[in-house]
Amino acid sequence: MHSGNLRPYGPIVIDIEDITKHYVMGEETVHALRGVTLQIHRNEYLAIMGPSGSGKSTLMNMLGCLDTPSSGRYEFNGRDVSSMDGDELAEIRNKEIGFVFQTFNLLPRSSSLRNVELPLIYAGIDPETREERAAQALSDVGLGDRMQHKPNELSGGQRQRVAIARALVNHPSIILADEPTGNLDSKTGEEIMALLENLYQQGNTVILVTHEPDIARHARRNVHLRDGVIESDEMTGSLPEAALQEN
Amino acid sequence: MKRFLYELTESWKIALTQMQSNKTRSMLTALGVIIGIVAVTLMGTAISGISTGFDKSMSILGDDVLYVSQFPWARTNDWWNYRDRREIKTEYAETLNRLIAATPNSNLIVAVPTSNVVRSVKREENQVSGIFVQGTTADYPLISTVDFAEGRFFNELENKSAASVCLLGYDVADALFPGTSPLEKEVLIGGQRFKVIGVGARQGSFLGLFSLDSIVIVPLPAFQKYFSAKSESDVRVKVRDKLKIEEAKDELTGLMRRVRALAPEKKNDFNINEQQAFKSTLDPVKNSIAIAGLFITGLSLFVGAIGIMNITFVSVKERTKEIGTRKALGARRRTILLQFLIESTALCLAGGLVGLMFAYAMCFGIGKAVPSFPIQFSLSLVVISMLVSILTGLISGFAPAWSASRLDPVTALRYE
Repeated sequence: MHSGNLRPYGPIVIDIEDITKHYVMGEETVHALRGVTLQIHRNEYLAIMGPSGSGKSTLMNMLGCLDTPSSGRYEFNGRDVSSMDGDELAEIRNKEIGFVFQTFNLLPRSSSLRNVELPLIYAGIDPETREERAAQALSDVGLGDRMQHKPNELSGGQRQRVAIARALVNHPSIILADEPTGNLDSKTGEEIMALLENLYQQGNTVILVTHEPDIARHARRNVHLRDGVIESDEMTGSLPEAALQEN
Repeated sequence: MKRFLYELTESWKIALTQMQSNKTRSMLTALGVIIGIVAVTLMGTAISGISTGFDKSMSILGDDVLYVSQFPWARTNDWWNYRDRREIKTEYAETLNRLIAATPNSNLIVAVPTSNVVRSVKREENQVSGIFVQGTTADYPLISTVDFAEGRFFNELENKSAASVCLLGYDVADALFPGTSPLEKEVLIGGQRFKVIGVGARQGSFLGLFSLDSIVIVPLPAFQKYFSAKSESDVRVKVRDKLKIEEAKDELTGLMRRVRALAPEKKNDFNINEQQAFKSTLDPVKNSIAIAGLFITGLSLFVGAIGIMNITFVSVKERTKEIGTRKALGARRRTILLQFLIESTALCLAGGLVGLMFAYAMCFGIGKAVPSFPIQFSLSLVVISMLVSILTGLISGFAPAWSASRLDPVTALRYE
């Protein structure tokens, strides 16, 4: 089934229209995105795929509000993001987006609990609530007994779970996972994918960025990028029960 | 506001963790600040010590006493204008006292003459030379506080009868009568026999200025009998209200013109001096010592600050990826700026505290070893040092913290 703008999901979270991004590198101008239009609804499980140089990372940076497009329109939950300044974008990232990185990006000298608390500190939440919610998020990913451990006392899979707990703790609109299994062995990778599947089943919106078809298969919708444009956009799996019940 | 507070405490936690995990580096960097703060603080104690010693010396002059003398105290570039003035006679004091008594609501209380001469003082084989011998009247205690280690001041009768009695300054007594009381013993002042009736309490000296410890006081008539050659005199006048010292000065000028019988068109041929005149001459000297001293020691603190700046730049570079992560999680520019500012400030503050402890120990040691050395450790010094440390941290951390806060999150996240 090919892409259509209307889907039987919740409301539109991400609405991108004809965005481009180019970088000037010395004499040369690199066109990373050449006009991408994409809509992502609440409770979708989407994978963005493509070879290196396809504009995949650039698109991810746009979606994650880490960067702004050179042209085009980007609305996040109805708010125009493309013209926001650095601090406004930081606010969006803090409240709306949960990042999961390939390299986990945990603070090495802080406990799991403190790592998960971090987004809540930037959100201005008081210490008691912070600790309560961080502990809950850690329990949710099965690390209730690892709260005081530092990253170097945890396995790779556990570290990524901490990162996922950190992504979830502020109840974001989307979870943006960039090669979440890239630094893990395949067995641990499967565990992490199962966790993401679980989050999706619970009603979360998950966006995967990967170049591995095996990983992308877990998603329900695959968007292929090539040379800065969308090459294909197709549904691949069944809808989650939660989403079906909602409608 | 609440968020700012949370970010602030978070930043302090990070700063402390950073210092703990980079112990050697933090210690070496803080060492620069420690040395700087020790230098600046010691200089500060020395300056405030000098200032106190100076004020103490000045207080011997009295801030409510006017000195009628031939020359101005303040430095002048035209000494030849004063050289030919008539000298001040001790008899003026009596005339002035009569005039003061006749003036209703006078701003002046009493005039006391003093004459000075330099002589050596001897007792058996002990001799001290270059001693100021001062002749004055029994009114002297009225204008200047005289504290006695033992004995008393001479009385009116001894004064009038030109009795050969004397008061020794503490140091003079100590040099001539080591270990024994000089009271009722005889000394030779410029070859003349005098009986010791009092010893001044120790006042301490500073820069050799005006210490009463090394003078000898005798009754004026006795002084005139034996030492009038080459003596210099002045008349000291106590003022009723030191807040009205200018009016008192005008009044005294008028009285002195009458005493000197100056025609109205003639200029004053005397000077009325006060403590303030000395201050205004010596204050610039004191201030330039302070400025030069603080500038030089400030340089060492500056070097320390450069060290802090350098290490903060290194820290920003090392933790670029962390900055990226924090930004991705919602840290705003201000948050990152604050974090690194607090890191550099924490380092400086730690250095400042250690430096202050060292400085305190050194002051204590110097104070014990050389009690006369003017050094003073005060609370305000502690507060100032802490403020200087904080300021150093903020200034030296600003450039690196600013660059960290401006990092592009995408670039920072990609940094390896």
